[in-house]
Amino acid sequence: MRLAGRPSPWGLGVGALALVLALPVLVVVVNLAEPAGEVWTHLAETVLADYVINSLLLMGGVTAGTLSMGVTTAWLVAMCEFPGRRIFQWALLLPMAMPAYIIAYTYTGLLDVAGPVQTLLRDAFGWSWGDYWFPEVRSLPGAVAMLSLVLYPYVYLLARAAFLEQSAAALEAGRTLGAGPWRGFFTVALPLARPAVITGLSLALMETLADYGTVQYFGVDTFTTGIFRTWFGLGDATAAAQLAAVLLGFVFLLILLERWSRRQSRYHHGGARRRQVPFRLRGTRGGLAAGACLAPLAFGFLIPASQLAVWAWRTGPALVDARFLELMRNSLLLAVGAALMVLLLALIMAYGRRLRPSPLMHAAVNVAGLGYAVPGTVIAIGVMLPFAWLDNTVDGWARAQLGLSTGLLLSGTLFALLFAYAVRFLAVSLQTVEAGLGRIRPSMDDAARSLGRRPWQVLQEIHAPLLGGTLLTALLLVFVDVLKELPATLILRPFNFNTLAVRTYELATDERLADASGAALAIVLAGIVPVVLLSRAIARTGERHAT
Amino acid sequence: MRIAVFLSFLLSLASAATTAAYASSAGEVNIYSSRKEDLIRPLLERFSEQTGVRVNLVTGKDDALIQRLVSEGANSPADLLITADAGRLHRAKAAGVLQPVDSATLVAAIPGAYRDPQNHWFGLSLRARPIWYVKDRVDPKALSSYADLADPRWKKRVCVRSSGNIYNQSMLAALIAHDGEEDAFTWAEGLVKNLARKPAGGDRDQIKAAAAGQCDLAIANTYYVGGMLTSADPADRAAAEKLTVFWPDQQGRGVHVNVSGVGLTAAARHKTDAVRLMEFLVSDEAQRWYAESNFEYPVKPGVPWNATLEGFGRFKADDLPMAKLGELNGAAVKLMDRAGWK
Repeated sequence: MRLAGRPSPWGLGVGALALVLALPVLVVVVNLAEPAGEVWTHLAETVLADYVINSLLLMGGVTAGTLSMGVTTAWLVAMCEFPGRRIFQWALLLPMAMPAYIIAYTYTGLLDVAGPVQTLLRDAFGWSWGDYWFPEVRSLPGAVAMLSLVLYPYVYLLARAAFLEQSAAALEAGRTLGAGPWRGFFTVALPLARPAVITGLSLALMETLADYGTVQYFGVDTFTTGIFRTWFGLGDATAAAQLAAVLLGFVFLLILLERWSRRQSRYHHGGARRRQVPFRLRGTRGGLAAGACLAPLAFGFLIPASQLAVWAWRTGPALVDARFLELMRNSLLLAVGAALMVLLLALIMAYGRRLRPSPLMHAAVNVAGLGYAVPGTVIAIGVMLPFAWLDNTVDGWARAQLGLSTGLLLSGTLFALLFAYAVRFLAVSLQTVEAGLGRIRPSMDDAARSLGRRPWQVLQEIHAPLLGGTLLTALLLVFVDVLKELPATLILRPFNFNTLAVRTYELATDERLADASGAALAIVLAGIVPVVLLSRAIARTGERHAT
Repeated sequence: MRIAVFLSFLLSLASAATTAAYASSAGEVNIYSSRKEDLIRPLLERFSEQTGVRVNLVTGKDDALIQRLVSEGANSPADLLITADAGRLHRAKAAGVLQPVDSATLVAAIPGAYRDPQNHWFGLSLRARPIWYVKDRVDPKALSSYADLADPRWKKRVCVRSSGNIYNQSMLAALIAHDGEEDAFTWAEGLVKNLARKPAGGDRDQIKAAAAGQCDLAIANTYYVGGMLTSADPADRAAAEKLTVFWPDQQGRGVHVNVSGVGLTAAARHKTDAVRLMEFLVSDEAQRWYAESNFEYPVKPGVPWNATLEGFGRFKADDLPMAKLGELNGAAVKLMDRAGWK
C-alpha cells in the first residue's frame, strides 16, 4: 500500500540528491534561454543537417548491431547447450573492457590502406591502390561496427540475466504447446525479456550519443563533434551548449521509451525459479551457435586485443615502470570508488521512486539520469562551473568576514572528479537496479511493510538478497565505464594525477599508437578481472536456481 | 557495517585528494599544459634539478584548460598555461586569464612574430606544416605553393586531415590573413575537390596513405614525419621514407608555421619562479631539446637543429604575427564548413 501525501524524508532526500546531480546538466540547459546567435544560421545552412542525419544513422546502426549480437548470444548461452557455451557465457562480456576509441584506432591500424591486411593483399596479388575495393574503416558504417562491437555486451548482459531469471514454467508451457526453440524464443522468451533488452539498448545508445573519440577519429560529423567544433572552433560556447541541449532532447526520448517499455509489461518472477532445461544443439546447429557467439567475441575482443599485444610487445616492456604502476593504482582507485558511490546513489533513488512514485519523484530521477548520454567534456564543464562558483563565493565570504582565503576547496580535487563520474554514470547503475527491482513483486514490499519493517529494512532484508546479481552488475558496469572514461578525467583531475586512460589518450592523439598500446592493454586487462568475476557470480546464481 | 566501511573508503579518497591538490610551499610552479606530458615533463624535471623548484603538472585539452582557468578565476592554482598552438594562447589572452611578463631574456630570445605584442604569451618551439610528395610519382618541379594545391591537375591526389583539426584551422586562418576570405574560400573549395579521400585520421595517417598509393601529396607537420622516420615500427619508417618534404611559397610569404608556447596566468601566485621557468624554456639547452625529442624547430635563432631536421633542409617561414591565427580561427572554421571540408 502506498500513500501519497505529506513529503517523506525519502521524497525530500531523493529530490535534493537529484537536484544536485542534475546541476551540471542544468548548467547546459540554462543556455537555451540565451538568444540564438548568427552561428545558428551558419550551422543550419552548412552542417546541422549532417549532424542530425549522422547521429540518427549511427543510433539506428548501433541498435541493429547491438540487438542482433546481444540478444542472439544471450539466448544461445542462456537457453541452449552447445560446444563452448560455458566459456562464451563469460567471454562474451570481454569486449566491454575495450574502450571504443581504442578499438577504432586498432582497426584503423589493421584495415587502413597502409595497414597489414591491405598491404598483404597488394603484395600477394600485385595490385596497387585503386585496383581493388576494400571497405573504408573510417566511415559511418565503420563507426557503427566499432560501437556495436564494444556496446553489445550491455544488451547481452541484461538480456541473459532476464532469460535466466524467467520462470522456466512459462517456456515449458510453450513447449508443451509445441513451440520449438524458435517459436519459444519469439513468442515467449523475447517478450518477457523485452524490458531488460530495451534497458541494455538504451544504455548502448546513450553511450553512442556521448561518444566523441571514435566519430572524431573516423571523420563522422555527429552532434557531439558538432558541439566541440562550435565551441572550440567557432568559439561560441552558448551555441555549443544549445546544441548539447538539443542532444539532451534525444536522450529524453530514449529514457521515455525505456520507461514506456517497462511500464507496458508488469512481469514479475513467478514462484521458485528453476533453470530451463536447455535446448541441445548438436552437429551443424551446435557449430552455428558456437560461430554466432565466437564472431562478436573475436571481432570485439580477440583480434583488437591481439593487435594491441603485438604492438606492446614491439615497443618493449620498457613501458612498465614505477610510473605505470602508479597509473594502474590511480585508475583502479577511481573506478572502485566511483562504482561504490554510484551504486549507493542509484539504490537510494531507485528505492525512493519505488516507495513514492509521485510525478515529481519520476521527474527528479529521470533528470538525474540524463548525464549518461552527455559527452564527458560537457559534464566536466558543467561540474567545473558550479564548483568554482561555490569555491570562489566561499572564498570571497571568508576574505570579507574572517580576513583569510580558503582558495579552491572543491575544484581540482578528486571529489569533483568523482562527482562528475556520478553524474555521468548514474544512469547505468540506476537502470540496472531499477530493472532488477522491477522484477521483484511490489506485493513483497507490502507484505514486509505490513509486518512492521521500515523501508530501509525492506531494502536490506528483502531486496538486497534478491538483487545480488543485479547489484554486482551495476557495480561492474560503472567500474568498467570509469576505467575507460577519458574526457572528464582529463579536465577535472588534480595536479600530477594521471590514469591509464589519460596516458593512452596522450600517446594515441600524438599518433603514437604502438606506444599507447601498453596502457590500452592494461585498461583492457584491468577491466577483464571484474568482468570474469561478475560473470562467474551470475553463472553461479543461474545454477543455484537450477538446483 | 558495510556502509561504514564504504564511507571510510570515500573519506580516505577525499583526504588523499585534498593533500594531493594543494601543498603551496615556497619554490613551486603549477602548470596547466595542453602539450602532452611526454613532450614537456623531461624539460620540467631538468628545471627542477637545476633550481630545486617543484613543478606540478596537469595536462589536458587547450580549450578545456582555458575554461578551467576562467571559471577558477583569481583563485586558480595555475601559474603557467602551456599550449601547442598560438591560436589558443590568443584565446586565453582574450579571455583575460593571462598577464604580461616583462622579461628581457624572453624578448631577446624570441623573434617578434612568435610572441604576443603585449607580452601576454611567448612562443617556445616552431611547428612547420609543409607539403610532402611521393618521390616516385611527383616531380618536385611541379610543386610551388599552397595555392597551387587547389589546381585541378592535382584532382584526387591530395591527402589532408579533417577541418576539425587546429593545424588546418590555423593554416586557413593564415591564408585568410594574407589573401582575404574570398580567395581563401576559393582555395578551400579547390582543395576539397582535389582530395583523394574523405579527410580522416591524423597527420601520420596522411603520410601512410600517400606511401600506400592512395594519394601523391600530403599536408603534414614535420614532427610527425620525424617521429615516423625514427619509429621503432619498421612499417612507419618505410612509409615515411617514400615521401620527401617540399617547402611551399619560398619565393613568396614562406611555409605556414605555428608555435607551441607559454603564458603567465593572471592568477599566478608563484610569479618569480614561473618566470624563471619561462626563461629556462628558451635557454639553448631547452631549445635543443625540442628538436631532439620531438622534431620541432627551436624558436630561438642560432640554436643548432638535429640531424633529421637538417635533413629536411632550411626554409623560409611565414612571418605573419601568430596572434592573427587566433583572431581568424572562427572565420577559418566557418569557411571550411562552407567549402565542404569535412
